[in-house]
Amino acid sequence: MILRLIERTAVLLVSLAVSSVLVFGFMAVLPGDPARVALGVNASDEAVAELRRQFGLDRPLPVQYVDWLGGLLRGDLGTSYVSKVAIGPQVFDRLQVTLILVVAGMIIALLLAAPAGTVMAARHRRLSGFALSALSQVGVAVPAFLAGILLIMVFAVKLGWLPANGWTPPAEDPGMFLRQLVLPALSLGLVQGAVLTRYVRSAVLDVLREDYLRTARAKGLRPFPALWRHGLRNAAVPVVTVLGLQLATLLIGAVVVERVFVIPGLGSLLLDGVSNRDLLLVQDVVMVLVVAVLLVNFLVDLLYVALDPRLRTGAR
Amino acid sequence: MKTYTTRAVALVASAALLALTACSAGSSTSGGSSSGSGADQALSLGLVAEPASLDFTTTDGAAIPQALLGNVYETLVKQDDSGKIVPSLAKSWTVSPDRKVYTFDLVDNAKFTNDKPFTAADAVFSINRVKTGWTTSLKAAMDVVQDAKALSPTQLQVTLAKPSNGWLFRMTTRIGAMFSETGVAKLATEPVGTGAYKFSKWNRGDSIVLQRNDAYWGTKPFFQQITLKYFKDPTALNNALLTGTINVITTVQAPEALSQFTGNSKYQVLEGTTNGEVLLSFNNSKPVFRDIRTRQAIRQAIDHKALLDTCFAGRGKLIGSMVPPTDPWYEDLTAVAPYDVAKAKSLLQASGAAGATLRLRLPTLPYATSCGQVVKSQLEQAGLKVQIDQLEFPAAWLSTVFKNVDYDMSIIAHVEPRDLGAVFSPTYYTRYNDPELQKDLAAADAGDEAVQVDNMKKAARRLSEQAAGDWLFLLPNLIVADQNLTGLPQNAITENFDLSRLARS
Repeated sequence: MILRLIERTAVLLVSLAVSSVLVFGFMAVLPGDPARVALGVNASDEAVAELRRQFGLDRPLPVQYVDWLGGLLRGDLGTSYVSKVAIGPQVFDRLQVTLILVVAGMIIALLLAAPAGTVMAARHRRLSGFALSALSQVGVAVPAFLAGILLIMVFAVKLGWLPANGWTPPAEDPGMFLRQLVLPALSLGLVQGAVLTRYVRSAVLDVLREDYLRTARAKGLRPFPALWRHGLRNAAVPVVTVLGLQLATLLIGAVVVERVFVIPGLGSLLLDGVSNRDLLLVQDVVMVLVVAVLLVNFLVDLLYVALDPRLRTGAR
Repeated sequence: MKTYTTRAVALVASAALLALTACSAGSSTSGGSSSGSGADQALSLGLVAEPASLDFTTTDGAAIPQALLGNVYETLVKQDDSGKIVPSLAKSWTVSPDRKVYTFDLVDNAKFTNDKPFTAADAVFSINRVKTGWTTSLKAAMDVVQDAKALSPTQLQVTLAKPSNGWLFRMTTRIGAMFSETGVAKLATEPVGTGAYKFSKWNRGDSIVLQRNDAYWGTKPFFQQITLKYFKDPTALNNALLTGTINVITTVQAPEALSQFTGNSKYQVLEGTTNGEVLLSFNNSKPVFRDIRTRQAIRQAIDHKALLDTCFAGRGKLIGSMVPPTDPWYEDLTAVAPYDVAKAKSLLQASGAAGATLRLRLPTLPYATSCGQVVKSQLEQAGLKVQIDQLEFPAAWLSTVFKNVDYDMSIIAHVEPRDLGAVFSPTYYTRYNDPELQKDLAAADAGDEAVQVDNMKKAARRLSEQAAGDWLFLLPNLIVADQNLTGLPQNAITENFDLSRLARS
C-alpha cells in the first residue's frame, strides 16, 4: 500500500517535470513575437527589442525556464505581457468557472450513465436495452460543441426557455447562474454521459457473468437487488478509471464549449492568450491544465485501492 | 425487477423536474437586460474583439479605442459623420498663415472623472506624453510637434516643425486623447477621462461596463449604463441578439447571416461604409511585381463584382483605390482597371509572367480566406498559378508577411483612417517605392484644404494606375439593432463606437 503510494507519487512528480519542459519548449518555438503583437504593425525594431528586454525574452531560454518554474513553485504565475496584470488571480478566477462547468457536466454524465448503463446491461437481449444502446452510440458520435449549438438552436433561439450564452457568477445572481449553466453543462454532460454509459454497460455485463452473482441469484435474490448488493462495487472499478480519463476530456471539451456559450473560463483565457501571444499566460494556463489532469489520474490510482480491497494487500 | 426500473426512471425524472423548476424560478426573478425595471436605462452592445488591456498608449489594436475613445476619453477635435473635423474639448482653433502654429480655445467646464478640471496644462501634458510615455508605433504621428504650451488655462498653442494637415487629423484619433496628469498611473485597468461615460467594471473574457458620467460637461447621454459584451464566435453574437441578451450587433462579420434579421420587424439593419479597404497586396520588392504589366494584369483578371458577391454576400463597395467615400478626396476609380481576362492574359504574356507561381499568404480571417479562393481561381483563369498558405492571425501573419515580408500576395483589410501614404511606402510590407507618390503626399500634407484635396486625388489615381495593389472592396459597416434604438452610426469611419448619442425612441 505504502509502496504503491510512493511509486505513484514518484510517477506524478516525474510527469510534472517532463511536462513543464515540454510546455515551455512549445511556447518557445511558437512563431510570432509577443512584443510585436503588443506594439502593433508599425512598431520600430528598437521599440520591439526594448519591450522584449522588459519582458525578459532576451535572456537565454534555460534562464527563462528556471525563472518561470521557480515562480510556479512559489505560487507566482508572473505578470501578463499584454494586460500587465498578475496572472495568478486571473487563472484562479477562470479556473473556478471551468471547474463549475466540468463538475456540472460530470454530474449530468453520471446521472445519465449509471442508470442507463445498468438498464442496458440488465436488458441487453431485449429491445429496450438495444434501443438505449443505439441512442448512446449516437451520443458518442456527437462532439460537445455541436450538441451545444443544437441545444442553443432549440432551447434558446426557438423556444426561448434558456439564455443562449453568457455567464453570471453564482454569488451575483443564483437564478441567472443556473439558467445560464444548464445548456453548456448539458452539452458536456450528454456527450460524456453517452460515452460513460457504454463503459457502465460493459462493466455491469462482466459482473453479471461472475460466479458470486449467480450464487446470489441462487440464494433467491432477484436480479436487481443481487446486482445492487454484490455487483455495483465491483463494476465501479473500471468505471472510475474511465471517469478519471473523462475528466481530462471534459476539461478540454470545456475549452470549446466555453467558446460556443461565451463563458469566461480557462478555455477562453487560453484562446485569448494564444491570439495575443501572451506567452507567459498561455504557458501558465496549459501547465495548470496539465497539473489538473495528472492530479486526477493520481487520485484515480488511489481510488482503486479504496474501492478494491484486493489491491491493498500489496500482493500483485 | 419492474419496480426497480420504475424507481430509477422516477428518480431521474424528478431530478430533471427539480432542475427545471430551479431554472424557471430563476427566470421570474431575473430577466435579460432587455426586460425589467431599469431596462430603458441600460443597453448591451455585442462586439467582436475584446481589448487585451485598457491602455492604448502601450498596447496596439482597434478594440481599446473602439470602447474608450470618445466615450471615456475625449480629444480636442473629432470627426463628424461626414468625416469633417469639428470641435470637441477645443471650442475653436486658428491656424497661423505659415500653417505651423495652432491655437486652440478650450472648453472651461470639462472635468476628469478623478474630479480634476480639464485645462490647457492637461492638454500639454497629454501631447508631450505621446513622445515620452507611449510605446505603440502610432506615437510617430506626434513627432511633427515642436512645442506645446498653455497660454492660459483655456488656451493651448501647438507649434509644428513643418505644416501638417495629417497632424490635426490624427488629433481626432487616440493620439489626441486627453489625459489627466494624476490619472495615468493605472491606464491598463482604470482609465480616467473627461467623456460622457466613465469606466465601471471589466469582466475579463466577457464584458466592459460603462456608467453615465453625471458630471459630464456636454449633453448628457440617454443610457445610464452600457455594457460592451465580447463574442469571438459570430454565431454566438447573432444568437445573443435573437435571444435578447444584447441590443446591438455592432459589426456583422458574416453577411450571409443577415437574412435572419432583415425580415424581422423587431430589428433594424444599417448598412454604411467604413475605412476598411480590403487590399490584395503585392510584394513590390519581388522581381515579378517590378513590371507594371504584371500588376495591371492581376487587377484586370479579377471580376470584383463577382468576387464581392461570392465572398461577402454582395455587401460592401467597390472602390478601385485606397480611398473610402467619406474622405474629401474620394473618386470612383473602379474604371481604371476594368475586368478583362483577355487583356490580362496578353499583359502577362508581354511581361513574361504567364505561368508564374505566386504565393498568396492569407491571414486566418473569414473574409481573407473566402476572398482568397476567388482570387486564386480568377487569376488561374488568366494564366497564373496561385498557391494559398494560411497564416494564423495576428501573430503568425504579422511575423511572416508583415515583418519578414516573406510573401508574394496577401489579403487584409487596412482599417486605419487615411492610411494611403502609410500603406504604400517603401518601408511598409508592400515595399512600394514611388518617389512621385511621395511628392504628391508631401504636398497634400503641407498645403491648405484645396491643395490637400487636389494632391490626395492625384495620389489615389496614381496608385490605381500604377496598380500598386488591388483594392478588392471596401468593408461595409453592418449593424443590426433593436428597432427602437436611435443614434447608431451609419458609417464607421472613426476608431471609436460613439455611445453618447444612442437613445430609445
